[in-house]
Amino acid sequence: MYNTLTMTVNGSEVTLPVDDRESLADTLRNRLGLTSVKKGCEVGECGACTVLVDGEAIDSCIYLSVWAQGRRVMTVEGLKSPTGELSPIQQAFIDEAATQCGFCTPGIIMSAVEIVGTGKRYSREELRRLISGHLCRCTGYESILNALERIVEETYRFTDRQP
Amino acid sequence: MYDIEKYYQATGVEDAIRALCEDERAMVISGGSDVLIQCREGRLAGCSLVSIHGIEELMGIEETGDGEIIIRAATVFSHIANSPVIQRTMPMLAYAVDQVGGPQIRNIGTIGGNVCNGVTSADSASSLWALNATLELRGPQGTRTVPIRDFYTGAGKTVRKQNEILVAIHIEKKDYDGFGGCYLKYGKREAMEIATLGCAAMTRLTPDKTALQELRLAYGVAAPTPMRCWNTEAAVQGARIDAELIERIATGALSEVKPRTSWRASREFRLQLVSELCRRAVRQAIINAGGMADV
Repeated sequence: MYNTLTMTVNGSEVTLPVDDRESLADTLRNRLGLTSVKKGCEVGECGACTVLVDGEAIDSCIYLSVWAQGRRVMTVEGLKSPTGELSPIQQAFIDEAATQCGFCTPGIIMSAVEIVGTGKRYSREELRRLISGHLCRCTGYESILNALERIVEETYRFTDRQP
Repeated sequence: MYDIEKYYQATGVEDAIRALCEDERAMVISGGSDVLIQCREGRLAGCSLVSIHGIEELMGIEETGDGEIIIRAATVFSHIANSPVIQRTMPMLAYAVDQVGGPQIRNIGTIGGNVCNGVTSADSASSLWALNATLELRGPQGTRTVPIRDFYTGAGKTVRKQNEILVAIHIEKKDYDGFGGCYLKYGKREAMEIATLGCAAMTRLTPDKTALQELRLAYGVAAPTPMRCWNTEAAVQGARIDAELIERIATGALSEVKPRTSWRASREFRLQLVSELCRRAVRQAIINAGGMADV
């Protein structure tokens, strides 16, 4: 059955018809063209489809679209600035060469947004745990952890300086 | 597209019960991290679902005036793990639910779903058994409460009826206050793993911290349902804490468990885990209760 779904996607309110059997990953990719949302395992194990719903990272492949009614959804497309520049998190991934084939990258970046958003400082071990819901078959994770360490540290220093 | 034949989003608990009564084939979906995967795998193909996702009255953690902790059933694992109330009153449970899957799963998976699945490997289950949790079920006839020891009837089976909703999990103050607890999970990987074995130990010590006032020892995957080692617990009441006691508990546990061989691990390996996780968890629980366990 079709339902009318209204949600905020990357800051803009959208209203669209969705099937109640549809996953949020499908809605974002196929109806809204947000192809940063990757479909890997489709059972919530690889993390490639990770998006933020109300600021929390979830696997959008095992999330029914109708559940997003009235919620804020964010994908990598929502990270760039109005002038088109990359976010500091994306830049850190580039600077640390933390991406190879790129399939896992958007998902990990969305988890990074949640991690960085806490404003807390994390050890490398803690970061390892915090991205344990993502599979990367290229990098061996070391460069990804370097990028995360860098951006977490930068954010912590920045927020620490604020009154 | 998921292979779901019928889907209904309930507006509240009563509405969900009504919908479940109208279609006796219908089943509850909450966080979806088990149900949707079973749809995908085909095991639940063509299912009829009543969704309780997002129902406010099913979410949140409350501490009542007399210290009872109420965890509403659709509270997700990450909110339980990060709850200051849970961290203060029962850190073992906060830790246990933080061992489920990975971060994204913990942001959608609910403790109610973990329990209602009826699986022995549920990370929250052994801690809830050790905490003597009671489950509040609501159905067409009203509310009933079931102690968790009476909830499971077999692998994947519980006393919850098709048209009942688990509303909340209750833990009384006497069941956590003054205890030290420890949950240990054994899995081949450190994340995204289903427990090969889980062990939850709770201890309350005598005022001088040299003897056990009470021990609670619960396991997941050591039998077709989560379980407690009632005989071992009774046998060591009042016992002095020493190396021999830890061994007595581990030996006692081995006589009460009934693990099986599965593709994940053999019965023999699980038996070894039963005794070794027991030693480690009991020692840590003693330390967490303020005692010395350098025995």
